[in-house]
Amino acid sequence: MALLEVRDLRVVFQRRGTEPFTAVDGVSFDVDPGQTVGLVGESGCGKSVTSLAIMGLLPSRGNKVTGSVRFEGTDLLTLSDKEMRNRRGRDLGMVFQDPLSSLNPVIPIGLQVTEVLERHRGMSRKAAMVEAADLLGRVGIPDPGRRLSEYPHQLSGGMRQRALIAIALACRPRLLIADEPTTALDVTIQAQILALLKELVQDLGTALIMITHDLGVVAGLCDEVNVLYGGRVVEKAERYPLFAEPRHPYTHGLLASIPRLDGARGEKLVPIKGSVADNIPWDHGCAFAPRCPNALAVCREVTPELEAGDVRSLRCHNPVLPGTPAAQEVPA
Amino acid sequence: MTSLLKRKQQRVDALAESAGTSLAADALRRMLRSPVALIGAFLVLMFLVLAIIAPFIAPKDPYQRYPELLEDLRPDFIPGPMPGFLLGGDELGRDFFSRLLVGAQQSLIVGVGATLIGLALGMLIGGAAGAFGGWVDSWLMRFTDIMLSIPSLLLAISIAALASRGSQTTVIIAVAVTTVPIFARLLRGAMLAQRHSDHVLAATALGVRRRTVVFRHMLPNSLGPVIVQSTLTLATAIIEAASLSFLGLGDPDPSRAEWGLMLGNSQRYIDVKPELAFYPAIAIIIVALGFTLLGEALREALDPKNRR
Repeated sequence: MALLEVRDLRVVFQRRGTEPFTAVDGVSFDVDPGQTVGLVGESGCGKSVTSLAIMGLLPSRGNKVTGSVRFEGTDLLTLSDKEMRNRRGRDLGMVFQDPLSSLNPVIPIGLQVTEVLERHRGMSRKAAMVEAADLLGRVGIPDPGRRLSEYPHQLSGGMRQRALIAIALACRPRLLIADEPTTALDVTIQAQILALLKELVQDLGTALIMITHDLGVVAGLCDEVNVLYGGRVVEKAERYPLFAEPRHPYTHGLLASIPRLDGARGEKLVPIKGSVADNIPWDHGCAFAPRCPNALAVCREVTPELEAGDVRSLRCHNPVLPGTPAAQEVPA
Repeated sequence: MTSLLKRKQQRVDALAESAGTSLAADALRRMLRSPVALIGAFLVLMFLVLAIIAPFIAPKDPYQRYPELLEDLRPDFIPGPMPGFLLGGDELGRDFFSRLLVGAQQSLIVGVGATLIGLALGMLIGGAAGAFGGWVDSWLMRFTDIMLSIPSLLLAISIAALASRGSQTTVIIAVAVTTVPIFARLLRGAMLAQRHSDHVLAATALGVRRRTVVFRHMLPNSLGPVIVQSTLTLATAIIEAASLSFLGLGDPDPSRAEWGLMLGNSQRYIDVKPELAFYPAIAIIIVALGFTLLGEALREALDPKNRR
């Protein structure tokens, strides 16, 4: 049985007097124990909202969450606030994007690590401090004993993210959600943090949901990848088939827009036309149609369904044929 | 005994090691470099020292009428400086200088008392509004809005006038009440900002208890503006207390050495001896200026935008 089964998750934001906005529109995926699953997409595609919905961290008002999020058989969406608080940090951990603002600036690092140990593992402050030093050491922070009494602003960006990972994994949760954990870091540090995450997840047998817009991160880490567009999964496949043969024009476009070191000099990047603002709702046709080089007349009339195949699931009327080179931008 | 000493030493060592690095130390370092802060701190410090030791250094009894000063006292003449009486006498033949000194203490008691009471009540209201949000927040904020809509001096006058007999306590309470909505709004706003901050979300994502989130993560991060406001409020509280006494809403005892009261009583003699009005007024201005400068400097020092 899968550790986490997300079924038809839908998050609708509605404030009084405004049109409802569907941020996540029927997303389904599974995470097996120890597996790493990627949620990929550009800003505003609903990947962060999905993670917040799983954690039960969306604001209590102004939104409606439907569908189910079964964690070891229990639907997290039906749990009370209190039950959810008991699970967060213990069964489910989360690492956020900006390590500086995710740490409390006025209390020392040590207290922020021991806090979760005292809360979920019932440790005394003293025992928790010893454990905290051990944890910081394990995530590669040198001289952890001294770091415990330091404040977040005294640590470097990479150190802070290491500390946050230590905090998130302190109670050995079975599922860790990492929401763009490397976006705010230098490129060299990014690689270190990713390697660390990979190693820890393997050692502890923790399942990982990796949320990112960086396909390089996905390539190095994820077993399975879900590509999101406009709140829906448009392509779902294992890592190798996805990178070797992207079939959805969006995935194809994302991969084509990455600069290549082995490309010819002076080769132009191939961007995806338009921006997320060009989204149309999924009600009448494909939301990606206005930006899609492969769009047909049917794309603007019939909403494509997610169709499962042997190696991938795909939501597209006119997928990219295997072996097609990156689409060229048509001059206006 | 030795272990206690050792522990103390360790704590000192730890402090020394972290010196110049914690947020508070950082702010202090910036304060020491700012001339505005130094002037403000100097004025405030002077006022505090004088206010505390006033009864001991006052050369004469501030409530006693001295024959030397009464001798020449006429409706059109009040004696000026003479040996033993640095600033001469007041309209009743008392030592003006001693009364000014002791007045500092009165102002300090009223200012600090009113600010502390206002701070405590304001933080209670603002903290509850910020921590609970929702309808608790709405109701408490409507309440403070009503209080804020009344000019503070008018509100203070109304409250002081409610008391059948004015006293120092009624002045303190009246001034304190006017400061409550400011503290409440300020803390509530800061806490609401914290509520949506990343680190509070991160703490919530760890399943930290609500109580802990409020008291460890939201409240300490919201105190900066409140500390600044307390310093500024000390200035306005002293001015308001003086205003109430000036208007005769303070302690009706005319012998009381209080700057506002002295100012009020000296009105009739302004053409006879203008110093009687001049010195208490200057004293009030200097003290208010000192607290204001210190508060502004504190605001700047605590502002994360100015961190280097």
